[in-house]
Amino acid sequence: MEASSTAQVAEDPARLAEFEARLSRGETIEPKDWMPDRYRKQLVRMMSQHAHSEVVGMLPEGNWITRAPNLRRKLALLAKVQDEAGHGLYIYCGTETLGVDRAELIDQLLSGKAKYSSIFNYPTLTWADMGAIGWLVDGAAIVNQTMLAHASYGPYARAMVRICKEENFHKRQGYEILATLSRGTPAQKAMAQDAVNRWWWPSLMMFGPSDKDSPNSADLLRWRVKQKSNDDLRQRFVNLTVPQAQAIDLTLPDPDLKYNAETGDWEFGAIDWAEFYQVIGGNGPCNRERLGARRKAHEEGQWVRDAAAAYAEKQARRKKSAA
Amino acid sequence: MTPSNPPGLSSSQPASDQWPLWEVFTQAKDGAPHEHAGSVHAPDAEIALQNARDTYARRGEAVSIWVVPSSAIVASSPEDAGPFFDPGNDKPYRHPQFYKIPRVGKEL
Repeated sequence: MEASSTAQVAEDPARLAEFEARLSRGETIEPKDWMPDRYRKQLVRMMSQHAHSEVVGMLPEGNWITRAPNLRRKLALLAKVQDEAGHGLYIYCGTETLGVDRAELIDQLLSGKAKYSSIFNYPTLTWADMGAIGWLVDGAAIVNQTMLAHASYGPYARAMVRICKEENFHKRQGYEILATLSRGTPAQKAMAQDAVNRWWWPSLMMFGPSDKDSPNSADLLRWRVKQKSNDDLRQRFVNLTVPQAQAIDLTLPDPDLKYNAETGDWEFGAIDWAEFYQVIGGNGPCNRERLGARRKAHEEGQWVRDAAAAYAEKQARRKKSAA
Repeated sequence: MTPSNPPGLSSSQPASDQWPLWEVFTQAKDGAPHEHAGSVHAPDAEIALQNARDTYARRGEAVSIWVVPSSAIVASSPEDAGPFFDPGNDKPYRHPQFYKIPRVGKEL
C-alpha cells in the first residue's frame, strides 16, 4: 500500500507544483485528489497518532468514573469519556480516506508500534486530576485543534470542527471541578493545587518538541496541515491559561513564569525534554498499563464482534431464503 | 469519465475480520437536507444506524440519519472535474443577470 511504504517516492514536478499552487490558493485537498506521497504519509502518521491519543485518553479518566463524588460529576465524566471515543472514531474515519485500513491502525496501536500523546502515560492519582485533565489537557488540545480545523486536508479539518464543538464542554467541566475544590476545605484546595502541579508541565509538552527539534514541523507547515508552530501554540496556551489559574486562586508550578508587557506573553521556564522523550519512548509511569488495558478491552470485546457478525450473517441468509 | 470511489470513502477493501464501511448522512433539522457526516464500520444496516447515532448525534445534531454501504456510492473524479462540469459553465443565459431590463422596484 502506498501509504505505508517507507521508500521516498520521486514526485512528478508538474503535479507537485500544481498541488502546492492549490495549497497557496487556500484550496482544500480531498481524498481522491492527487497528493504527494509524503503529504499522505505525514497525514496518516499525524491523524492516526491523534486518533490513538483520543482512544488511550479514555483510560486515565475512566479510572475515576466509579469514584466520582456525586451523580452529576459521574454523568459528566461518563459523557466526556464517551466523547473521547467518538473523537477517536471521527479521526480514524478521516484517516481511512487516505487509503489505510482501520484494523491495521488498531493493530499498530495494540502492538505498541504506533505512538500516542505522551500525556496519557501519567497516572490519575486523585479526583482533582479529573479537573486538571479537563482544564489543562483538553485546554491544550483545543488550542491545537482549533488550528487543525483549518488544515488543508478536508476530512481532517472537518473532524476537527466536530471535535472543537465538543471540547469546550470538556474544558469547562474540568475547570468547574478545580474551581469548586479550590473554594473548598484546605485539604480540597491542596488536592487541586497538587493536581495542577503534576499536570502543568506534561500539558506544555503536548504541543511537541520545540520547532528547531521537531522533525515533521517543516513539512506540515509548508503543506498547511498546520498553520502555527509548536512553540507558537504552546505560548498561546500559556497566555490563555495563566489568568484562568489566577481566577480560581491556584498557582502554576513555574518560578520563572513572568509577564512580558512588551510582547504581551507570559514567559515560562525551561521544559524538561528529557522527560518527554523518556515517556514517548515507552518509559513513562503508565505506558505498559495503558497498552495492557487497551489490549484487554480489545480481546474481551471479541465475543461481541463475533456475535454481531454472526447475527448479520444469519439475517442476510434469512433475507435471501425469503426472497 | 470513469466513476470512482467518492471523496470521503476509503479506497481500500476491508480486511477479512473488519466490518464493512458505511457512509453516514445526517439531517440537522426538519426540512434541512441530509449531509455527509463521516463513516462507521458495522456488520449490518441496523448496527450501522446505531453506531452512526452514537458517533454523529450525541447532542441532538440529527433528526434523521441515512447510512449507505460505502461501496454503493459512485462519485465524479477530480481529474475530470473540468470537462465534466464544463457544460454548466458556458450557459450564462441560465442566470438572471444575463438579462438586461430597465430599472424597476426591488420586486423583479
